[in-house]
Amino acid sequence: MSDLFSKFDPLIQQRDELLATGLTDPFNLVMEKVESPTVAICNGKRTILLGTYNYMGMTFDPDVIAAGKQALDDFGSGTTGSRVLNGTYGGHKAVEEALKDFYAMDHAMVFSTGYQANLGVISTIAGKDDYIVLDIDSHASIYDGCALGNAQIIPFRHNDVEALEKRLKRIPEGADKLVVLEGVYSMLGDVAPLKEMVAVSKANGAMVLIDEAHSMGFIGENGRGVAEAQGVIDDVDFIIGTFSKSVGTVGGFCVSNHPKFEILRLVCRPYVFTASLPPSVVATAATSIRKLMDSADKRAHLWENSKRLHAGLCQLGFELGSKEPQSAIIAVIMPDLEKGAAMWEALLNEGLYVNLARPPATPAGMTLLRCSLCALHTEEQVGEILGMFAAAGRATGCIS
Amino acid sequence: MPDRAQTLAKVIELIEPFNKKGVAVSESTRFAQDLEWDSLTVLDFVANVEDEFDVLISMNMQAEIETVGQLVDALQKLTS
Repeated sequence: MSDLFSKFDPLIQQRDELLATGLTDPFNLVMEKVESPTVAICNGKRTILLGTYNYMGMTFDPDVIAAGKQALDDFGSGTTGSRVLNGTYGGHKAVEEALKDFYAMDHAMVFSTGYQANLGVISTIAGKDDYIVLDIDSHASIYDGCALGNAQIIPFRHNDVEALEKRLKRIPEGADKLVVLEGVYSMLGDVAPLKEMVAVSKANGAMVLIDEAHSMGFIGENGRGVAEAQGVIDDVDFIIGTFSKSVGTVGGFCVSNHPKFEILRLVCRPYVFTASLPPSVVATAATSIRKLMDSADKRAHLWENSKRLHAGLCQLGFELGSKEPQSAIIAVIMPDLEKGAAMWEALLNEGLYVNLARPPATPAGMTLLRCSLCALHTEEQVGEILGMFAAAGRATGCIS
Repeated sequence: MPDRAQTLAKVIELIEPFNKKGVAVSESTRFAQDLEWDSLTVLDFVANVEDEFDVLISMNMQAEIETVGQLVDALQKLTS
């Protein structure tokens, strides 16, 4: 019988066929115990985590944990309210201060998730008759922010400076423009040419918003992201980020030097019409952000890990998403979903967790095994990981 | 206004690299149902059309365009 769920039938069928082969469901993994940022128990087996975005390994930091416990005792388990009503505690202001110090910017606004930060800021600042120009490979939260607003949406080819410039020049004179970019694109782990793109955007009178979710804490001298690393952070109008990656908890934010920025707190619906983060979460985030300011050694070690894994996987004969390691994400390109799922399961059996990524999340219909490294992965663990890729790759016929 | 037949011929030419099913393309061909394009294919194709005709076709505009003929109509308007 046909009903509202009939539109999902092709996906249900594809999923049933895949699981009928006896494969473990890649989207239903349960971690029974988490020992550290790099190790968990899955299906009773000790598993190295290589797909968590826990780039700086802050989730078990003793200072971070202590701050969270203290906040639970002092402020309770939740705020039960919106930031603009009863949901702003001292901790919410403290984490916004930490962000202002971390980015050396005038304003910071904390949302309940990174998804909501993009959804809220993009949909609110670009209205009817305004134009949003964005990279085609933008994250779902950016597209959803566009869909929630009323602006004209113009995508351009991934990382193509000329395509961006052409589209900016075609926008009718007098219209306000917002260019939306990401520092690191999470699917292939490649970095945007922000230096050129920000220059082109400014030359054409556009404001620039950059999502630095996958670079915060790691890329740039102070861990402020790709815009810092490429020397253009002062020309960026808005930086969007998340607490659910390097910071090691959950939440999202926007930082900016715009003089009228604070008005967003009253007009941004995904900020107003939802409950604020629990006190323990903002306390852990503030502590973690302040520690990330002085983490140059960890950043250096994470780069070493990324280079070593990239070189090792290339040597084994895997096809990777970027020619050079550009971030802490290394994407292994699989020939198709069946092979990708088989390889994912073989790795899990070896004791390694990576992300299986598939369309529509991936560009060009690719199936990817996405690896994200942590600053706390040891040199020995990276060696172990390469051994597991070699064994699983040969067992599934992905490499010879 | 540019010649409509010429615009149609150019659009059909731009469709071909994405016409994996080898569908015979006419004005009534639908992008989603007949060509079976997913959203990413649409974005790639639109980028090519924009550069060929030196216009902007926003995603908002795309939502109103279902067939090849409707795209040609939109391009006639945008380039006139």
